[in-house]
Amino acid sequence: MPIELILFFLLFATAVVIARLKDLFAAAMLTGIFSLVSAGLFTLMDAVDVAFTEAAVGAGISTILMLGTLSMTARNENQQPFRWLPLLVVLITGAVLITGTMDMPAYGDFHAPAHQHEIYAGFIETTEQELEHIPNIVTVILASFRGYDTLGETTVILTAAIGVLLLLGDRGRRRADSDSSSDAGGDS
Amino acid sequence: MRMREKLILRVVSKALIPFILLFALYVQFHGDFGPGGGFQAGVIFAAGLVLYGVIFGLSSLEHVVSPRLVEIGMALGVLIFAGVGIACLVIGAEQEGVGNFLDYNVLGSHGGEGVDAHGQHLGILLVELGVGVTVAFSMLAIFYMFAGRSRPEDDA
Repeated sequence: MPIELILFFLLFATAVVIARLKDLFAAAMLTGIFSLVSAGLFTLMDAVDVAFTEAAVGAGISTILMLGTLSMTARNENQQPFRWLPLLVVLITGAVLITGTMDMPAYGDFHAPAHQHEIYAGFIETTEQELEHIPNIVTVILASFRGYDTLGETTVILTAAIGVLLLLGDRGRRRADSDSSSDAGGDS
Repeated sequence: MRMREKLILRVVSKALIPFILLFALYVQFHGDFGPGGGFQAGVIFAAGLVLYGVIFGLSSLEHVVSPRLVEIGMALGVLIFAGVGIACLVIGAEQEGVGNFLDYNVLGSHGGEGVDAHGQHLGILLVELGVGVTVAFSMLAIFYMFAGRSRPEDDA
């Protein structure tokens, strides 16, 4: 129990510091730390696959992409006057989310619908009895029982990348840009 | 330019990157046994290559993985995934008259009656490979786009 509390405290402290920081480079690094602490919490909850994803994506790739974005913009956030409306919106949204979790089953509750529904019982039984070569039930559910969903998710990733290519790609123009800017760079 | 003068970074990353890529392959093909799978493996593989690009410059990375290859690879992964589904459809139709999309049981040796462990294993392995390929190349594509934008400063 105490280690969860420590991690939650770290998570909270990191979030508050990120919100208050003006140095965007430090904020980007702290979001990586935030993901790493979350990954630690997921591991404690026995959600190893989720923790793995959080560590690889949140702490790894997205921090790099943040830094890549930072290299295109300023390093410090502009000073802005304090405004009540955004704070109010955040507080109300947070309160609604917390109210929403009240209806959720308790952590590890055996009677939770996710554990009781016959589909999931079937998933677990089939994996245990017929697929003893594949001990990781998460992989079996993702790739086999819920293969359609995963195909959809993979397509979503492809679509997202295509979107980025379309927005930032323009290969022909970029070449022209880099030619002209390398001339400018030679001058300086 | 500043990055390229950092000798320690260059040497350490050169030693580490092969192990990062190897670890990605381990996560990829061991995903049915331990935590991990195509998604995580793809991200780790891309992270290894991105580290190379950050330290040795984007143009060196583009020598290793050309932008054209990245664009092809992104689509190839989904093609592998959907291709396995269609293969199940065709093989199932041949064996039993009715095939189901992504029904891996027919990929096994004993003709898709009930749950076929070997068929499931093969199907999951191939499908995860498809996920890994798409994720790795998509992450690289996004990195190329972001890094390519700030390239003039990088190279100057």
